[in-house]
Formats: sequence, C-alpha cells, structure tokens
Amino acid sequence: MTILTQTRNKISLLNGKPVRVLLRYLVIFGVAFVLFGVILWLAGKHPIEAIRDMLVYTLGTPAGLSEVIVKMIPLLFTSIAVALPARVGLINVGAEGQLYIGAMFAAGTALAFPQLPAWILLPMMVAAGLAGGAIWAFIPVFLRARGLVNETITTLLMNYVAPTIVSFFVYGPWRARGTASAPQTVDFAEAARLPSFFDTRIHLGLVIGLVILAAYWYVMKYTRWGLEMRAVGGNQQAARRNGIRWTTYLILAMCVGGAIAGLAGMSEISGIHGRLRPNFSPGFGFTGFLINWLSNGDPIGILLMSFVIAMITSGGDILQLKQGLPFAVLNILLAITLFVVLAKPTLFERKKA
Amino acid sequence: MSLLALLGVLSSAIFSGTSLLYTTLGEVIGERAGIVNLGLEGVMLVSAATGFAVTSVTGNPYLGILASMLTGGLMNMLFGYLVIARKANQLASGLATMFFGFGLSALIGSSYVGAKIDSLPRVLFPGLGGLPKQYTSQFQFDLLIYLVVPVAIGVWFLLFRTRWGLGLRAVGESADTAYAAGRNPNIIRYQALFLAGMLAGLGAAHLSIVYTKTWKEFMTAGRGFIAVALVIFSKWHPLRAIAGALLFGGAVAFQLLLQASGVNVSPFLLDSIPYVLTLVVLMAWGGTRKHSAPASLGRVYHGSE
Repeated sequence: MTILTQTRNKISLLNGKPVRVLLRYLVIFGVAFVLFGVILWLAGKHPIEAIRDMLVYTLGTPAGLSEVIVKMIPLLFTSIAVALPARVGLINVGAEGQLYIGAMFAAGTALAFPQLPAWILLPMMVAAGLAGGAIWAFIPVFLRARGLVNETITTLLMNYVAPTIVSFFVYGPWRARGTASAPQTVDFAEAARLPSFFDTRIHLGLVIGLVILAAYWYVMKYTRWGLEMRAVGGNQQAARRNGIRWTTYLILAMCVGGAIAGLAGMSEISGIHGRLRPNFSPGFGFTGFLINWLSNGDPIGILLMSFVIAMITSGGDILQLKQGLPFAVLNILLAITLFVVLAKPTLFERKKA
Repeated sequence: MSLLALLGVLSSAIFSGTSLLYTTLGEVIGERAGIVNLGLEGVMLVSAATGFAVTSVTGNPYLGILASMLTGGLMNMLFGYLVIARKANQLASGLATMFFGFGLSALIGSSYVGAKIDSLPRVLFPGLGGLPKQYTSQFQFDLLIYLVVPVAIGVWFLLFRTRWGLGLRAVGESADTAYAAGRNPNIIRYQALFLAGMLAGLGAAHLSIVYTKTWKEFMTAGRGFIAVALVIFSKWHPLRAIAGALLFGGAVAFQLLLQASGVNVSPFLLDSIPYVLTLVVLMAWGGTRKHSAPASLGRVYHGSE
C-alpha cells in the first residue's frame, strides 16, 4: 500500500508570483503543442493549420467561447472529485464511473416524478446524483480502508462496469418507445432541466461548480478538516498517532469526491442533454484526473486548467470536422501535457521556496 | 446445451484469454523489478494498431507481430523514461501513458478501420485428428496460442533460475541493496520494462491480428487493467498467471454461454461479468497477498550516491 504515498499534498492559493506561475503553464502548454504538432506532422497532417483551427474556433468566436465554458462545467466537478481524495493520498481514477452512476440516479428521479415542480425536482435530482456517485466511490474506498485492495485498480475497473449498468437501463426498462431508433430515455420534463443563461447552452451547473470549488478551497485552507486531511495525506502513521481517525477521512474524502463526480453527471444530463443516453461522457472523469495533476490540487489552478483543457477538447471537434482526425487523437495532446509536468516536476516544486 | 456448444465456448475462452496472459506475464516481470505500469492499456492499444497496420500494408502477419512487439517495448521505454530517469510517480505516469496510447492508437489506426488482413494459419490441436469435423473445428489454434504456456514457463525460468532474474527480483525488493551488490537498478528496470512491453505487444498482436482480425478504437476494452489486477491475483508468479488468464477466459466463456443459451439477461450486464469477477477475485485475495508483493513496488529509486 506504499505506492500511493507519493501524492503531492500541497494546497495553496498560488504561492509564488502569479506571473511566474502563468509563465510555467505557458511553457508547459507551449511544449505540449509543439510535440503534438510534430506527431500530427509525422502522421501526414497539417499541424499549424490544425492548431490554428483549434484556437480560432474556440477562442475567436462568442459561440465557440460559450461552448468551451459548457465543456468546462463537468470538468470542474470531476477535477474536484479527483483533487479531494488526493488530499488524503487516495488516487481516484474512477470519476468516469461515478459520473455515470450519478447521472443514472438523477435520471431515475427525473423519470419517476415528472409532475413535480422544478424547485422540488431539481434538488431531488441533485441529491440523487450525489448519492449515486458516493455509492460508486464507497465500494473501492471501503476495500482500501480495510486494507484489501488498492483503490487505483478498483476504481479503474469499475469505470468499465458503470456504463454497462446505464446501458442496461437505457436499452431496457427506461427506453423511450416508438420514437427514434437511437436508444435513449424519454425527454425529461421541463422542470427537470437546469436553466441556462443568455441564449447559450451554459447552464446553472456552472454556478454550482464554482460554489463547490469555493467550498473546497475554504475547507482545505481554513478548517480543521482540511488540516487533518492534509495530515492524513502527508503521513498516515503520524496522523494516526495524533488521534486523527484516518479511515474515516479516507472514506469521507473519497465518497464526497465521488458524490461531486455524480453531480457532474446530473448537471450534464439535466443541463445539456435533457435525457439519458448510453456513453454520453467523452471521458470527463479521466480528464478531471489530468486537470488535478496539472493544477496540483490548487483551486485557482483547477479553474484555469479546466478552462484550458475544455478549450483543447472543444478543439477536438474542430479537428474531427476539418482535418478528418479521430476525436481520440486529442488524448495525445492531453497526455503530452501531463508528460511534460511529470518529467519536469521542478516547475512546480520551486514555488515552495 | 450440447457438448458442441460447450466446446465452442471453451475454444473462445482460450482465444480471449491468450492476449491477456501475454500481457500479464509482461506485467509480472515489470512489477518484479518494482514498477507498476497502469499504462498497459495504452501500450496494448498502440501495439495492436501498429501491428494491424503493418500486417495490412505488408500482408505478412509475422511482420505485424514483430512490429507490435517492438512498439510495445518502445512505448514502455517512454513510460520507463518518466518513472526511472525523471523519477515521476508511477501511477500518474502510467495513466499519462494510457492517455497517450488512446490518442496515438486512434491516429495510427484511423486509416485501417475495416481493413481486411491475412492472419496466422490455424492448426488442429495434435492428437485430435480422429474426431468428427464439427468437433475438430473447435480445436483449431494459432501459433501464438500454442506458444503462450511455454512463454509463461520461460518467464518463470528467467525470473527464478537465472542470474539476471535474481538481480531483477533484488531490484524489486530493495533497489539500494541491489546497487550495493553491484547491480545497476536503473538499467535492470529498463530491461524489464522493455521485455514487459514486448510481451504486452505480443498479447495485443494476438488480439488484433489473430483473434479479431480487425482494428477499432479502444478495442482492448480494459484488458490492460485486468492484466494488472491478474498480477495481484497470481501473487507476482508467472505460472499462477496461467490460472488467472484461464479465470478471465472462463468469465468471458460464461458470458457467451449465457448469451447462447438464451437466458433472459441484458447483454450489457453480461458484458460487465469479466470486470466484476476480477474485482471479486481481488477482494477475496486481498487479505493474503501482502507478503508476496515485491517490497519496493512503486517506490522511486533515487540513486545511491
């Protein structure tokens, strides 16, 4: 079980000069984009054109920019879902599965009570989403706390189970009859939809995500819980000898993280899709893991990185349309960014001084 | 349920278990040297795509298998550079490798989706020539299947009966001690990872070139992670890994059996059986396995200067 103690445990509001931090991120992404361009070039594509398209169509137009923010909403949730367990030294790679189960619980609630008014139904869906994600996260962390199985491998494997359960419901009991051939549930009632702003697809989930981010920052920085969680993550034995109930913290951190990932699923189906579909998430959970590592669990970093990564993933749609590249190619760019951070950890370590 | 159907299920279990066994054997070597590679999923995908593309271009499956093995080794070198030279966290590096594999395999394979390839010839299992034709057709296996058990024994021999294997296991238990005894932990780890990558590439080649004869994105469907889980199940021992792969093959077979017998269960729930079974087995083995894990598994070796 010693594998996991290497997780870094700093939580800070950008200590170090903001300009230097910004410069570091620019260097990281600059290197990543160049390497990505080289790979595209080797594959016989036009790297400069591809990267220019990505930037112009996401940041250059109001519609593009609003789509970036839409994509950023689930990433806010999933990156906190990874960051919180990481504070106590847990590696949660299962946000993807937790997101699916959260969405499933929320959809079940929306389908069961279509006649309720929005002010009752939406909070119920939020609660259901939270519960679903927490349940899915409880299984691996319970096994970990009992010292049975490392949570990394269980959360990874459970990512493959969750979508099959969603598919079971969507193809089976919840399938809309008579309508389209594509399997999906019936459309949710209007009361089950999160309201959206300014004629765009940006929805209330953004506000919820920012509130959770602020809460995460406050709890970590100013409360006893935050301090004790960092103690557990820093040195489990020392924490235990100081009377901190570390198993409670392990389970709580993971379950709250899972609940937040479940909320990501709820906000996606309620704010964007308006129904439950199989395989609706293009890997938001995995991307959240990446964002947490890039931002080192720092709240402002999570906000910035979510935006940048959302920009890159919306760029993926553009690449697919304009260059005929598979969407999954985007993972190369994300991976190289993470490679650069992993290979050059001093870029982050130095700010401690 | 006729005997014939049962044999068919058994046969497909062997086919689906083979790629997993190769990959698991590779991961046993890597973890014995102290390195957990969660990037196997990505390594397998890139190998599968490369091997398929080479087979499709050259028309020669043996070249494809060779390309697949080399690709696996090289992908693991990338991972090895991060965790050995840059001393990065192994789990995060593994996941980064996984992301990289997702993307790179999609890029490599994109022009080969739906392509047709020549595969390895299938040969009847020796000694069964006398059976009726509908039975013998269930025992037509390819070279890689016949080789997998000898390879497992070879890995066992390498790890437990050679000086190199002794050094490798010493590095996995305590890199500092191995260094003091005159071994170079970093070089041994690179060698172990390269070998592990080649075996993962062989498994991936069996999946894409021999078994399914197609390429599609994410075709390994978690086999890389299941291999990591099976290493724990097999207590880091190559011969017990055979049992692990049979177990997984059995889970797939059971799933096919249920589907074939027309039981009224959603196919989606059946799809999750291999993953659920792996989880259950991990739980059941959880308490007893601690002593057998290499002592410095996952630790960064900072050098002994």
